[in-house]
Amino acid sequence: MRLVHNITASLALLLIMPGIAFANKPTDGGYWLQDAATPVMEELTKLHNFVFWIILGITLFVMVMMGWIMFRFSAKRNPTASKTTHHVGLEVAWTIVPIIILLVMVVPSMRLLYFQDALPETEMTIKVTGNTWNWEYAYPDHPNVESFISNPLEKEDAGDLYLLKTDASLVVPVDTKIKVLITSSNNLHSFAVPAFGIKMDAVPGRINETWFEVNPGKEGTYFGQCSELCGVNHYKMPIEIEVVSKEDFQSWVANDGAFTTAVVSYDNGSIVLQD
Amino acid sequence: MAGIGYDDHDDGKPGFFARWFYSTNHKDIGTLYLIFGIISGIIGGYLSFMMRMELSEPGIQIFENGHAYNVFASMHGLIMIFFMVMPAVIGGFGNWFVPIMIGAPDMAFPRMNNLSFWLLPVALICLLISFFVPGSASGNGFGGGWVMYPPLSTSGAPGPAFDFIIIGLLAAGFSSIFGAINFITTILNMRAPGMTMHKMPLFAWSVLVTAFLLLLALPVLAASLFMLFTDRIDGGTGFFDPAMGGDPEMFQHLFWFFGHPEVYIMILPAFGMVSHVVSTFSKKPIFGYLGMAYAMVAIGVVGFVVWAHHMYTVGMDVDLKAYFLAATLVIAVPTGVKIFSWLATMWGGSISFSIPMQWALAFIFLFVLGGVTGVMLANAGVDVALHDTYYVVAHFHYVLSMGAVFGIFCGFYYWFGKMSGYLYNKWLAAAHFWLFFIGVNVIFFPQHFLGLNGMPRRYVDYPQEFELWNQVSSFGAYITLAGVGFFLLMLVEAFIRKRPAGANYWGDGATTLEWTLSSPPPYHQFNTLPRIEQNDEH
Repeated sequence: MRLVHNITASLALLLIMPGIAFANKPTDGGYWLQDAATPVMEELTKLHNFVFWIILGITLFVMVMMGWIMFRFSAKRNPTASKTTHHVGLEVAWTIVPIIILLVMVVPSMRLLYFQDALPETEMTIKVTGNTWNWEYAYPDHPNVESFISNPLEKEDAGDLYLLKTDASLVVPVDTKIKVLITSSNNLHSFAVPAFGIKMDAVPGRINETWFEVNPGKEGTYFGQCSELCGVNHYKMPIEIEVVSKEDFQSWVANDGAFTTAVVSYDNGSIVLQD
Repeated sequence: MAGIGYDDHDDGKPGFFARWFYSTNHKDIGTLYLIFGIISGIIGGYLSFMMRMELSEPGIQIFENGHAYNVFASMHGLIMIFFMVMPAVIGGFGNWFVPIMIGAPDMAFPRMNNLSFWLLPVALICLLISFFVPGSASGNGFGGGWVMYPPLSTSGAPGPAFDFIIIGLLAAGFSSIFGAINFITTILNMRAPGMTMHKMPLFAWSVLVTAFLLLLALPVLAASLFMLFTDRIDGGTGFFDPAMGGDPEMFQHLFWFFGHPEVYIMILPAFGMVSHVVSTFSKKPIFGYLGMAYAMVAIGVVGFVVWAHHMYTVGMDVDLKAYFLAATLVIAVPTGVKIFSWLATMWGGSISFSIPMQWALAFIFLFVLGGVTGVMLANAGVDVALHDTYYVVAHFHYVLSMGAVFGIFCGFYYWFGKMSGYLYNKWLAAAHFWLFFIGVNVIFFPQHFLGLNGMPRRYVDYPQEFELWNQVSSFGAYITLAGVGFFLLMLVEAFIRKRPAGANYWGDGATTLEWTLSSPPPYHQFNTLPRIEQNDEH
C-alpha cells in the first residue's frame, strides 16, 4: 500500500514536474535531475528541461495521431480503405519540420557543450585518481595537504548514507573555479557528481580534465558514484565532496588538511560542530 | 516444431537427421534459427529476471558479490543481442521470407547458410562455458559488461572465462558475416523476373541494408576482439595497454564503430516487418514506399558515422563531440520519416486490430518513446548527467526490448500460421501481448526516473533513495514473466490443437508472395519462377 501511495503521490508531482528543488544527493523516489549546485548544472538542467518539453510534445503528437487513426479508421468505422500512397507535400513536410525542430535544439545544445568543456581561468586544481575500489584526492596547489584516499563507509557507519558516504571527503571552497584532473591507476572509472553536472572517465595512462564552480551559498556535502564499470566493487566507490566557505578552506589548508575543533563542517546541508 | 506438418508435400524432403542437422533448405534453417532464438531468449530472460530480483530492494540478496551480478548483466546483453535478436530477425525471419518475398527458390549459398546457423550453437556453448570457469579474482565468469572495455577485459579478467567469450563471439560474428554475404548475393541476384529493386518488399529491403551493415561492422568487432585476445597473452601485444604505448580508449572507438551499426542491425528488420503488418491490417499499400526504403538506407549510412556518441565522457575533444552531437541528431530525420509513413499508411485504411497489428502499433508508439529519449541523450551536454545511468538503460531497452522484440513478436504472430501451418489461439496471444506490453513498460519507464536522479548502471546494490522505482521496476519483471509464460503456452496449444491455416489467412491486405503459397509453403517453392506484373506499383 505504501508503494501505491508513493506512486500516486509521485504521479501527482509529475504534473508540476520541472523546477522542484531537490537536495544534493538522490532523493527518495526522485524522478528528476538533482538540484544544481554549479552554473554548468544549472545550464544543463535548463537544456534538459527545454528538450524534455520538445520530446514530450512529439510523443504526445504521435500518441494523439495514433489514437485518432485507430478510432477513425477502424474497420468498423471505415470499411473501405483508400488507396492513397503518395503525397509529396506531406512527405516534404515531415522531413522539413523535424529538421527545423532539431535546428532549434542544436543551438542551445552546442552552447552548453562548449560552456561545459571550455576550461575557464581556474583558481585551483585538484587531482583525482581512481583505484580499485576507492578514490584518491590530491591538492597540487597546496603541497602541505597530503594526498589521501577516500574509502566507502560500511553500512554500520554510513547508516542511511550507505554507498554515498566515505571516510574522508574531498574538501573544496565555494565560489571558486576548480580544475579537476582525473586519471586512474588500473581499471576505468568515472568521476561523477550529479549536482555539479560533471562526469569524466578516469582512464589509465591519460589525464582528463573538467571543472566546476559551486555557486555561492551552496556550501554542503555532495555525493556522487563511480560511473564506469570497474569490477566487483563498482557499486561501492562513492564520491563525497564537502564544499566549505573560502575561509574554512584556508584554515583547513593551513591545518594541513584537517578541520580544527573550532571549524564547523557541513553535513548534508546542515551545520555540524566538529568534536 | 520438428517434423510436423509437411507430410502432404513429398518433394524430396530428407529424413529427420539429415533434414535438421545437414539442412540446406532456407525454411528449415529459418526454423532452426527461430528455435535457437527462443532458447537464447529464455536464457537471457532468466539472467535479467535474476538481476531485477536482486535490485528489488537495497542490499545484496541473491548474488555472491558485485562480480556475479556483473557477469549476469554482461551475459544478458551479449546473449540477447547476438543469440536472441540477431538470430531471430535476420537468421529466422530473413531466411524464411526474404527468398520467398523476392520470388527465389532458396538462398544463394545453401551450404554456407547451414554453416552460418551451426556456428551459433557452438558460439552459445562457448558463452555458457564461460559462466563456470574462472574469470577474475572475484569469481567465475566475465563481468566486464557487454562492451568488454579493457583493462577490465585484459588485466582485469585474467581467467579463461573471457577467452571463451572471445571465441564464442568470433564464431557468432563469422556466422553473421556469412549470413550477410548470403543475403546480399541472394537479394541482388535472385529476384524473380519483374521484381525490380523498387518493387521489392520492404522487409527484403530492410534485410539488405542490415546485411551491408553486418558485412562492414562485424569485421571491425572481430578485429578488436582479436586485439583483445593478443593483448591478454603474457608478453603479447599492448594495443590497449598504456604501459606499452597503447590506449584503452582506442578499443572503445573500435567497439562502437561496430556497436552503433549493431543497434540498427537489430532494429531495421523489425522496421521491415512492422511495415508489412501495418500495410496488411490497414488493407492499404505502404505509404511512401520509396521514402521508406531509402530512409532505411539513410539510417544505415548515418549509423556508421555517429559511434562516439557512446563516449561523450571519455575526454574527447570538444569539436569532435560537437560533430557527433550534430550527426546523431540527423538520424532522427529518417526515423521520423518512417514513423510518419506508418501513420500515413494507416490513415484512410480499414484497420483490423489482430494480434500482429497490436504488436506493430505498440512497436510504433514505444519506439517513438525510446527514440525521443535518444534525442535527449544525443545532446552531449545533457548526456554528461545521463551517461551510464539508468536513463540510458531505459532508452535502449525501449528501442530494443520494446522495439526489436516487439518487432520480432509482430513478425512471429504475422507469419506463425505461414511457417507452422497452424493458427494460434487468439486469447492466449492477446494475454501474451497485454502482459508483455504492460510488464516491459512497468520495468523500464521508472528507470528514466532512476537515471535522471543519478543512479548509475551496473550496480548490484544502491543507496536507499533509489528503492521505490527499483521496486516498481522489479514488479514489472513478474508481469513480463507471466507474458512470456503465455507465449510458450500459445506455442504448445497451437501445436497440440493443429488448427490448419489457409494460404492467405489475413485476407486482402496481405499482398506479398508468401501469401500465394500454401501454409506451410512446399519444401521447395517456385519451381517455376513467379513473374511480377509490370504495373504492380507500390
